[in-house]
Amino acid sequence: MEGQEVGEGKTKLIDESGKRLDGRKWDELRPISIQVGLMKNADGSAYIEWGKNKIMAAVYGPKEVHPKHQVLPDRALLRCRYHMAPFSVDERKNPAPSRREIEISKVIREALVPAVIVEDYPRTAIEVWVEVLQSDGGSRVAGITAASLALADAGINMRDLVVGCSCGIINNQVVADLDDTEDKEGSGDMPVAIMPNLGLVSLLQVDGIYSREQFQKAFELAIAKGKQVNALQRAALNTRFFGGEAKTTQVEEVAE
Amino acid sequence: MPMIERKQVIPGDVIAKGNHRYGPYIEKRGDEYVALRVGLAEVGGDGVKLNPLTGPYLPRAEDEVIGKVVDINGFGWVIDINSCFDGFLPASFVFGREFSPSTHDLSSKFAVGDIIGCRIESYERSRDPQLSIRGEGYGRVDSGEIVKISPTKVPRLIGKRGAMINLISEKTGCDIRVGQNGVVVINGSPEGISKSANAIKMIEEETQAPDLMTRVEALVGGTGSG
Repeated sequence: MEGQEVGEGKTKLIDESGKRLDGRKWDELRPISIQVGLMKNADGSAYIEWGKNKIMAAVYGPKEVHPKHQVLPDRALLRCRYHMAPFSVDERKNPAPSRREIEISKVIREALVPAVIVEDYPRTAIEVWVEVLQSDGGSRVAGITAASLALADAGINMRDLVVGCSCGIINNQVVADLDDTEDKEGSGDMPVAIMPNLGLVSLLQVDGIYSREQFQKAFELAIAKGKQVNALQRAALNTRFFGGEAKTTQVEEVAE
Repeated sequence: MPMIERKQVIPGDVIAKGNHRYGPYIEKRGDEYVALRVGLAEVGGDGVKLNPLTGPYLPRAEDEVIGKVVDINGFGWVIDINSCFDGFLPASFVFGREFSPSTHDLSSKFAVGDIIGCRIESYERSRDPQLSIRGEGYGRVDSGEIVKISPTKVPRLIGKRGAMINLISEKTGCDIRVGQNGVVVINGSPEGISKSANAIKMIEEETQAPDLMTRVEALVGGTGSG
């Protein structure tokens, strides 16, 4: 079998007809549903279900920075925390931040910072909390997608929304949106976050071994799928604020 | 009649192209005007505008705000103005030039916990906003019910040239004072206060309803009690 060449796991992840374990085609996304503005006590919030992922994102701020020595005189301090609930995985997870969670907190922050106009909020802190209630593959990109909606809901000035999608390699074949099994058994994972209107990439992580062609294909696929998720993201934000699709109307100017 | 285009936008949306004057919450990229907030954009004769639907209060010079004294130091009062920055009211603005920390007792004028109506004298990025109570009507607020709304809804609550707030005020017989920071103080009869508060909450929740004025009128109804 061709698929057994590179770092192949035990499970057969794609069958002969090209179907994956959960019945998806190679370039198909898992079902996604997004809601914005559910938490009353947060300044902004969003909830995303992406496959089996269930993730809540909340934004607090801008507010005063504590401890005071961390204050940035010319811009806001953006803090992010990615955390997995103890019950989010099969075996209880220790609630203390693990090495992996600290890393993901860092990359989420770095994926969001270019979109937020931090210069508009000098000497303040903006806090983003990403809480994974149930985890599946691709939780960092789902977290980024929800966190950028929470920021928009909080009314923080933003250049663009940020949206993520991951791609990867299973059975030596490039596929979109890996789930948990494919992530663990497959041979490569590539989470990508983009700012679709600006046409910029704000996160690109890769693990596994890719040929040049595979890398190119996976990267382009991640961007195309990210744009697809962006449509859902925009729809969720429009539903929250405009009760449906955003409208454009012509009205007569009232004479002063 | 010139036409205005009204658009519902979210961050990153292009509001208009070409050459216009533009207001806050909008960024110009090449010849495109891009929204930075969720809001209602207007493209018309006097340029591109964006009225945001959500967001914190950011101080602006000349704004009238209502705040609460949270601390007193030797030189003035620190006032919570419902923003990420605390306002500072210097004692010399209150006692005048001859103010000296040794002869004047600041807490006799305003104590911690007092509600104060004030004006933002100046605000720059590098320093906390400076407040002033010079002018008529500023100073301690002695009575009334406080209602907080989102600062982005304040223009709607006031209405065109005060139409909305005057309507509520007339119908309920209450004296209503609105701070740009979203703090509202209502004075009047208990029924009047509860009617006004309900109307204000409704305006906050249904900011975009086109028939808001008539619905507010129906809610506060009848003639005033005072």
